[in-house]
Amino acid sequence: MEEILLHLAGGLSQAMEPLNFMMIILGCALGLLIGAMPGLGSVNGVAILLPITFLVPPTSAIIFLAAIYYGAMYGGAISSITLGIPGASTAVATVFDGRPLAQTGHADKALTAAAVASFIGGTISVVLFTLFAPPLATFALKFGPAEEFSLMLLAFATFIGLGGDDIPKTIFSILVGLVLAAVGLDIISGQPRLVFGDIDGFLHGINFLVLAIGIYGIGEMLWTLESTQGEVVVHKVKMSLSQLKSNLKDVKTYIGTTSLGSVLGYFVGTLPAAGATPASLMAYGLAKTFSKDPDSFGKGNVAGVAAPEAANNAASTGSMLPMITLGIPGSPTTAILLGGMIIWGLRPGPLLFTENPEFVWGLIGSLYIANFATLVINIAFIPLFVKVLTIPFTILAPIIYILCVVGGYAPTQTMHDVWLMLLFGVVGYLLRKLNYPVAPAVLAIVLGPLAERSLRQSLLSSQGEMSIFITRPISAVCILIAIGLVSYPLVKKFKKKASETAS
Amino acid sequence: MSNVLHKVKKAAIPAVIAAATSLGMSAPAMAEWSPKKPIELIIMAGAGGGADQIARLLQGLIEKKDLSPRPVIPINKAGGSGAEALRYIQDKAGDDHTILVTLNSFYTTPVIQEGIGVDVSNFTPIGRMAIDNFLLWVHQDMTDITDLDSYVAAVKAAGNSWKVGGTGTGQEDSILTAMMEKEFGYDVTYIPFPGGGTVAKNLVGKHIDSTVNNPAEQNEFYRAGNTKPLVQFTAERLPAYPDVPTANELGVNMEYYMQRSINGPPGMSAEAQEWYINLFKTLFESEEWQKFCVEDGLACDTYVSGADLGAYHQQQIALHKELIEAVGASSITGE
Repeated sequence: MEEILLHLAGGLSQAMEPLNFMMIILGCALGLLIGAMPGLGSVNGVAILLPITFLVPPTSAIIFLAAIYYGAMYGGAISSITLGIPGASTAVATVFDGRPLAQTGHADKALTAAAVASFIGGTISVVLFTLFAPPLATFALKFGPAEEFSLMLLAFATFIGLGGDDIPKTIFSILVGLVLAAVGLDIISGQPRLVFGDIDGFLHGINFLVLAIGIYGIGEMLWTLESTQGEVVVHKVKMSLSQLKSNLKDVKTYIGTTSLGSVLGYFVGTLPAAGATPASLMAYGLAKTFSKDPDSFGKGNVAGVAAPEAANNAASTGSMLPMITLGIPGSPTTAILLGGMIIWGLRPGPLLFTENPEFVWGLIGSLYIANFATLVINIAFIPLFVKVLTIPFTILAPIIYILCVVGGYAPTQTMHDVWLMLLFGVVGYLLRKLNYPVAPAVLAIVLGPLAERSLRQSLLSSQGEMSIFITRPISAVCILIAIGLVSYPLVKKFKKKASETAS
Repeated sequence: MSNVLHKVKKAAIPAVIAAATSLGMSAPAMAEWSPKKPIELIIMAGAGGGADQIARLLQGLIEKKDLSPRPVIPINKAGGSGAEALRYIQDKAGDDHTILVTLNSFYTTPVIQEGIGVDVSNFTPIGRMAIDNFLLWVHQDMTDITDLDSYVAAVKAAGNSWKVGGTGTGQEDSILTAMMEKEFGYDVTYIPFPGGGTVAKNLVGKHIDSTVNNPAEQNEFYRAGNTKPLVQFTAERLPAYPDVPTANELGVNMEYYMQRSINGPPGMSAEAQEWYINLFKTLFESEEWQKFCVEDGLACDTYVSGADLGAYHQQQIALHKELIEAVGASSITGE
């Protein structure tokens, strides 16, 4: 313990060195902007800025890249809330409640909640990282295909309550998502599946961001256009210091879900297969399941913004662990960080902690500072971000449209995905008109490929025996919790009925 | 903030000038053609794997040494054991601003997945950066397995429930696995994972029993005492593994290598090809690249480029066709 504190002190003082400190501030600010731009995302941001890092020593360079990555996690929430376009895949769950809040004139509330929750998530996870990195790295190794599949089941279970009361429509939505997730090349045999004859663009599967931007960005825009009928609508926005204070006071209403989201996010982030996107979706599902007022979710509940934002920041810290100790990037952005480390001759692996402690602890120390810096920068910019909403929708709509097209093109850089994104937009709009929940479909397309891969790997290694999922302890525990989560809303309903009949 | 950016820019100027001068002296032949727009560096594998690491290192070095007037942008197209990337390059015929970094699925994927209609012998060869090696790895805790004989005995005893992890059907490690099945007369269960790093993790976590990983993918776990190599599939023992016998020494005639090369689409202009050949020659000879090769157990003795690389590809395509025929395409695809 003392040793850890000593290392941490060293790391913090290293992060406070003028050059490193400057890199953190610069990185966080750039990251915030990059994350806020739909389609740019932290992957491209980190890639574009990689050359700058050659001008400074390796530790400073990694600190800089980590700060961008970190800032981008905060930034992703901004366009999700103000424009309804997820800036990055990790910020999709933030749209669910962030956008309704903005439309009812509470964008400042949502943005503050996102910033504070991100800060809490980041802080909890970096403390967990400091205290338990080596044992957790060992634990992550215990996660084989069977455990991964059970975790995915658990993730689906967290979403069972999301579709509202109409269970058949929820199931339909999940199934549509799973079918879309199956498009592309079969992961075991490499044969093309559901490529509609021979359309090249489907070979790489359907990118999850393409679906999310289509449904939320384009679908939402069409919906707003219809409901306003071309009238010029200007959202009322007010932002003052006293307002900020009252927003900050709201924190206690969502501190519970935020803490839960943080721990969950960190844990899911440390598993090489998962990453920040499933973590944020799971946190959202859990927040709703355990809320006293689940019906308000999706209509503008601040906790629905706080939970996924806490989780995605916690997961981004968490995914540093497999990168450092196993050399496996937990996300595309950490893959670029990994590339950076290799360029500077730092070999990720179990020995990095002991052989290059000043690097590892400098990075950890910088996370503490980056967290705080991003919170301050973010809160300072909120009035500016909120201003976006004062633009009349007739002007904003074409801007959203352009951002969606750019965002749809960016991940794979093919026009195929732009057309697909527009198609999803129209379908999303129709589904919404017909009252189908779309969030379960989004979840299914994120988790579907992960679940399929781990299911098939597990069954290959068990020679087809399903018992592999219950004979392995970690997997069995995950399945038990999943069953508990699925039955929880039913139990709650029965209890409610029982108390109604009693009174 | 703009002030801070300004400072960074200022600091950049001397470095750029220094790089530009050194470039001017070392490569005077680069006068005629130069890129007019960003260069796409296509990676036919996922993020984090060996090919990806190489591509990002090369991109970083090009930026660091300021070797290109336009940026190089690495793009992963991992679908279908590289089928997606190969198809993309084929469709880019005549383009001077798209290049591909390969692994051996460059040879195998077009043979196994005939449906994609790609002929890589039409691609424009640029330069071979390295030759990668393969070793057979098991977990350190498998104390009963100390050499190839005890390994083969253990696999046979396990029946077909012996789990070999790999990076995907038709990838080089699946071919080597199929070669071993044929040679030793056993059957294993091959489980594909999304990259060499994940395979290594699953071996350390004992979710699989063995794997044929590249040195770079296992070296850190080997040093940490998690895994051990049993045999190397090389002509001579690698300097990094002086105590591990080669298959040939044990009387098993089995050698397998993987090239890591840069190639352009069919019909790239001769001037552009010349420019890229020189660019990657500069990188190949750089201190950083040679250091990376040593640390990652890659062989980087000679730079083979242009027509010579094309001839090498022809020979490797023939070899892989033979290998696939010998083991049967179905034993690789598992159908």
